Amino acid sequence: MVEVQKPVSCRRVTELVTDYLERRLPFWERLRFQYHLFRCVACRRYIREVRQIVKTTGELPAEPPPPEIEKELLERFRNWKRTGG
Amino acid sequence: MGEGRDRALVEKLLAGDEGAFSSLVSSHNGALLRLARSFVPSQAVAEEVVQETWLEVLKGLSRFEGRSSLKTWIFKILANRARTRGVREKRSLPFSALAGDDPEGSDDGSFDPTEFISDGHWAPGHRYWTGENPEIALDQKRLAAAIRQAIDELPPNLRSVILLRDVEGWSSEEACEALELSEANQRVLLHRARARVRKSLWRLFPTKGAAHG
Repeated sequence: MVEVQKPVSCRRVTELVTDYLERRLPFWERLRFQYHLFRCVACRRYIREVRQIVKTTGELPAEPPPPEIEKELLERFRNWKRTGG
Repeated sequence: MGEGRDRALVEKLLAGDEGAFSSLVSSHNGALLRLARSFVPSQAVAEEVVQETWLEVLKGLSRFEGRSSLKTWIFKILANRARTRGVREKRSLPFSALAGDDPEGSDDGSFDPTEFISDGHWAPGHRYWTGENPEIALDQKRLAAAIRQAIDELPPNLRSVILLRDVEGWSSEEACEALELSEANQRVLLHRARARVRKSLWRLFPTKGAAHG
């Protein structure tokens, strides 16, 4: 059985991209989405672009917090221990 | 993190194991600070919120029931504190400092309508910035810096979601738990955050248009 619904437009791809990447699209919608990608080079490129942004975001170098915070916290922990919480 | 491991860790902490506390602090402090920073206006206030969070964690430790992971429990405490503190700090700001502020991230912020023509197809000459653009592909450092800046400029609710999901790599379940969001709402915020980050990159990487295909 084929559901008769409007095909996915390029604009719609940009609206659904997160649902698609999070695997939250219902089965038929996912299929229509993928069919659009199959046919549309611009949207394939767009998806690659979004994936690259997400990937680079996940690789941002961590900025270590100032070590004084940790030192002070340990001091507090010792106090907490001494006073029994 | 496994439930058993959390429980063992909690027991160590309650027994006053300094090494356990120290390693817990160092594994989460950076992320806690970044999350706090998304709600409060300065690094100094964020540091205060992180300190207070750890004290609250210690105080509440004996009541920790393991219904969520220790990690999400700690971050939930932080998010609540930082949110409250952010609201309070904002009230003390002069009105002009709030101009152009959009705490709800309410506009969808996603797309430039000029990217599309009326039938929903990409407009000829719409903008890409990555992928086949070798200049950017080679310049990962600049890209990373631009993304960081874009995230820092997001309103709190978008910034906190993208931080936990994309920067820290948390699952949506974990992020929902810590930020007390429904899954659907979390996904909407993540979508807006990513879209805004993408859009803001155009500013930093103006590129030539691409033909639509």
